[in-house]
Amino acid sequence: MNKVERRTLTDDNDLVEGLRRGDPSLLERLYKTFFPTVTRLVLNNGGDIDDAKDVFQETVLVLYDKVSIGDFNLSSKLKTYIYSVSRNIWLKKLNKKGIFSDIADYVEKISTDDDIERKRELDLQFQMMESALLRLGEPCQTIIRDFYMHNLSMQDLCDKFGYTNPENAKTQKYKCLQRLKRLFFAQ
Amino acid sequence: MDMKSDQEFMDLSDAYIRGELNIAEAMEFENYLSTHEESYSRFKRHQEFVEKLKAYDQRNKLKEELDKVHKQYDIAVLTQITKRPVIVRLWEKYKINALVAASVAILAVFSTLWVTGFYSKDDRSQYMALRRDMNNIQQNVKAQNALITNINRNKHGIAAPSHYGATGFALSSNGYVMTTYHVIKDADSVYVQSNQGNSYKVKVVFTDPAYDIAILQIVDQEFKDLGTLPYTFKQSPADVGEEVYTIGFPREEPVYGRGYLSSNTGYSGDTLAYQVSIPVNPGNSGGPVLDHRGNIIGVINSKQMETDGAAFAIKSDYLLKAIAEIPQDSLEKKIALNKKNMLGYLSRTEQIKKVQDYIYMIKVY
Repeated sequence: MNKVERRTLTDDNDLVEGLRRGDPSLLERLYKTFFPTVTRLVLNNGGDIDDAKDVFQETVLVLYDKVSIGDFNLSSKLKTYIYSVSRNIWLKKLNKKGIFSDIADYVEKISTDDDIERKRELDLQFQMMESALLRLGEPCQTIIRDFYMHNLSMQDLCDKFGYTNPENAKTQKYKCLQRLKRLFFAQ
Repeated sequence: MDMKSDQEFMDLSDAYIRGELNIAEAMEFENYLSTHEESYSRFKRHQEFVEKLKAYDQRNKLKEELDKVHKQYDIAVLTQITKRPVIVRLWEKYKINALVAASVAILAVFSTLWVTGFYSKDDRSQYMALRRDMNNIQQNVKAQNALITNINRNKHGIAAPSHYGATGFALSSNGYVMTTYHVIKDADSVYVQSNQGNSYKVKVVFTDPAYDIAILQIVDQEFKDLGTLPYTFKQSPADVGEEVYTIGFPREEPVYGRGYLSSNTGYSGDTLAYQVSIPVNPGNSGGPVLDHRGNIIGVINSKQMETDGAAFAIKSDYLLKAIAEIPQDSLEKKIALNKKNMLGYLSRTEQIKKVQDYIYMIKVY
């Protein structure tokens, strides 16, 4: 068993802050620090390394959702939170496979059902968004992505798509957005 | 501010959200929203939708980023994590805790035992072997002794003081005597004295400390064969409630004691012994316990202090077992146990008269 390094609350805070900013180097640290724990949990309870990866990434997303709405306060150790979420997720996955087992671990746990549920709802919304975007077709999808997600300016769009003036681009963007909204809310 | 079309409103909203408006424009837009409720909720819905688009994008980016990190991550490190049984994992995790807990537990147990005086107290403190310490008695009757010193001297010369007294009984007609082991264990020499007053020297031929049994043999020239013994050993276990009696030498004269068998086990559940409710005293040790027909069911060996009428007798099964264990070749004469009981139909007083000739006082020096 790898000796889990003693970590201070400051480390936990750094990791949470890094996650909020989406800092890749901190994401790496998050992986290094907690992935082995989750892997051990999954491997020891009937899963393989890919399951471990899925569970861990989902856990990070749950944490991310919690952090990004500012709900996360470090009342417990980050490790406890991550372990609890992973355990919960893995049990739910086992449940889906028709395996109703429990994980006997004798480790401190906290309730994470609400957080996992929030992530599930968001997942649903994002799936709807994805299918709406896919049905939107080109060039609308790219225009929406460039403008709303990648924060390109109207001038950039004009250059990229060869519009003669920004007004045309604006009209095109407006039409695409209206269609996307219709598709999204029609589901 | 005039809104010509929905498109213009959306363009303005986007610009506002992206912070592309200058201060004057932004204020004008805010003013417009605060005065037009319908427009305000339209703006809010749009803002939410845009945020959803952004969140969707960020979620995807994060997933990509995670995948990237995962690919760089050295999976080989993790292959060390093999499946191990729960108990091993728990042990690894809680080794220190377990060791500390165990040592605390051990310390607690022994310190509690020590504090409560478990070690200072002999477990058998309630148990009392029933040999008679002659020295005590001699000290107690020093005054009387002093008076009759002259007579004693004339009779015996200067006799070495006897240390212990107890009881024994004839095992066979040819001079074997049974008593308890604790009586003779530290003996220099052992004598038996019959009811007629004849004293014989004996040697110890067999001891069994576990059963607390000793067998002596009279080696005196003057000893004559006893003839057929009146009693036999009971082969089967005796029943609780059966009336029993014993004859012993708690003092210089044979003393009859009557009672009943009160339990099938002895001190602290000892299965080697019966509990009998007969008043016994030091000196009774080695006395036979007979049932109403004159079968020997056991041998008195101890009693429980501070409990009235709780004496213990070694069961006859174990006496027989011990006798059977003696290598017969090592004996000068065979131990021939009596098979025929001659007391069965006699009254108690008649039984006692017959039996007491075969019961000896054991004197240990």
